[in-house]
Amino acid sequence: MLEVQNVSKIYLDGSVCVEALREVNLSLGAECFSMLVGPSGSGKTTLLNLIGAIDTPSSGAISIAGHNITSLDDRRLTAFRAKHIGFIFQNFNLLPMLSAHENVEYALLGTDLSAAQRRARTAETLEAVGLTQHAHHRPNQMSGGQRQRVAVARALVKRPSIVLADEPTANLDSAMGASMVRLMREMQAQYRTTFIFSTHDPELMRHADQLIFIRDGRVELGATAREGSTP
Amino acid sequence: MMALKISVRNVLRNRRRSAMTTAAIALGTAAVLLLGALMTYIILDFQTSTVRRTGHLAIFKQGYFQFGSGNPVAYGISGYTSVINQVLRDPELAPMVAVATPMQTVFGIAGNSETNTSKTFMGQGIVPADRLRMRRWNAYGLEVSTGTKPPLQADDGGIIGLGLARMLGMCEELDVPDCPRRPDSSAASPQTPSEFDDLIRRESQAGNAEPSQKRRVDLLAATAQGAPNVVSLQVERAEFQGVKDLDDAYVIMQLPLAQRLLYGRGEPKVTGILLQLLHTDQIAPARARLSALFSQDKLDLEVRDFVELTPFYKQAVAFFAFIFTFVALVIGVIVLFTILNTMSMAVMERTSEIGTSRALGVQRSTVQAQFVLEGTLLGIAGATFGVLLAGLIVVVINHSGVTWTPPVSAGAIPLQLYLFNNPPLVAGAWISLVGIAAVAAVWPAYRAARLPVVDALRHV
Repeated sequence: MLEVQNVSKIYLDGSVCVEALREVNLSLGAECFSMLVGPSGSGKTTLLNLIGAIDTPSSGAISIAGHNITSLDDRRLTAFRAKHIGFIFQNFNLLPMLSAHENVEYALLGTDLSAAQRRARTAETLEAVGLTQHAHHRPNQMSGGQRQRVAVARALVKRPSIVLADEPTANLDSAMGASMVRLMREMQAQYRTTFIFSTHDPELMRHADQLIFIRDGRVELGATAREGSTP
Repeated sequence: MMALKISVRNVLRNRRRSAMTTAAIALGTAAVLLLGALMTYIILDFQTSTVRRTGHLAIFKQGYFQFGSGNPVAYGISGYTSVINQVLRDPELAPMVAVATPMQTVFGIAGNSETNTSKTFMGQGIVPADRLRMRRWNAYGLEVSTGTKPPLQADDGGIIGLGLARMLGMCEELDVPDCPRRPDSSAASPQTPSEFDDLIRRESQAGNAEPSQKRRVDLLAATAQGAPNVVSLQVERAEFQGVKDLDDAYVIMQLPLAQRLLYGRGEPKVTGILLQLLHTDQIAPARARLSALFSQDKLDLEVRDFVELTPFYKQAVAFFAFIFTFVALVIGVIVLFTILNTMSMAVMERTSEIGTSRALGVQRSTVQAQFVLEGTLLGIAGATFGVLLAGLIVVVINHSGVTWTPPVSAGAIPLQLYLFNNPPLVAGAWISLVGIAAVAAVWPAYRAARLPVVDALRHV
């Protein structure tokens, strides 16, 4: 499903080169709920950005669902994201002038679905996350948990190959965070999608099928059982 | 549809900024429209007064336009009545022609034996009834006076310029305003031809020495045969002619009197035949038809339009067009930078949203189109409000009774802004301002579309 081969990412910070990722290798199977665990600055977000095709590696190759995304130009990368990648952001990143329904439907604009199909798919996904009654609410009319549910629905509505969630519970309290993780697990099971979920909250690790530890730009441990063992 | 919905909501998101931007565009549009309406009115008023005076087309003998003004007698049109009849009976021309009238240009010396003064004059022999009809031409529906003064009455009646009346010492007789005592004529004009004095004296002695003699002017000119000839003109009134040089020399008289002066007992001819059409748009087809007729009948005649006959008209129109273009460009640049600023701020504020959209799979071109659409919507709103604002101002001004005196005009007329009957101006200004708004949004939209997704998402 996901193959990351010898991926490095070097930033130029002023005149200083910062090596955010070093020779990362990773392989994930389909329908896997994985957690990317590591301290701040360890390279979690950078790795998610590269896997999400919104950033390009300095070297190495990434393959998702059989597509080598490192060789695509911007237009094709964007089209790839529209079809294969779902994002859940820490700050929800909902578009404030759109309702919950419109925010979710917005993710389908780059697909081949008709307007009627888009509406039906959106309604179905909102129902799955329990937000049918809030479909016409704007983000500022919803709680943090509801907003994150909209974000989950938006990530899943196009039935992507992979959903990337960058610390999606960081702005939620622990109960709400745990609830969100349970929801994501349910969705992952329902839609048979691969999830990669970054966090540094040990409480959440027990929900993962697989833990990926990252420190100083290196993946230290590739596969851990769901019980949540740590290195 | 979704894109339009998002754009409308984004425009309404920062209401104050959008309102300010819309107001700037609206003011710009209104300014352009008001200026354009005023310019159009001035040009149409000028055209109306010119066409009332000269008609749309003039038929001359070949070569008169280029060489004949120095010697109009040499370019007289024989059998002019048959030419006029041919024009008025032609099935193509007749529906277009409002008035067809002959005229004779005369140059000579005007003298007043009562005051022993003389002055070179430039005159026209006209058919007063035809000129009265020409003065009623008003194809654009402007509130332009057709004049209340009657046409020439007597067969030997005439009208002279105020300046000429002043120089001929006829201030009291003709109620000429601003008429100080004339300087000593012997010092001012020692060049009065003695032959002319003799001729005038003889004519005066031969005529009746009645009180009306004080309003008489003697006109001297060379006949077609080269002999000097004199006629007596009963000056009915003096009128300001708009331009001092013209005012100082102009004489209008009945056509037969002018013909008698120039042709004596010979065949009466005319210098030209003026055609006033129902509308200015008919100039080209009427001119083409006339040329075809003259060619077909092998007549040695040519046709000139009023723009050729009045070079000042062309210059004035070009001048107004230049001013309008210049001001419109300045306003356009101001509107452009207003939109540019607004859209740049919108891009900066929504950087994170742009990153989100791009991460979700929205193409650069779609992001770019989104911002251009928003700029265009602001332009549409502003330009539409501008049209409404201009319309309101025009209604107020046109009903305010404000008067003004156009250039080369003898008197004040009501100020009218020509907007409502001017769809090209309204459509042109609206489309231009909307276009400027769209173009102004292109650069910020391009920058938005080119933002690196990761950097945009990180933006706070």
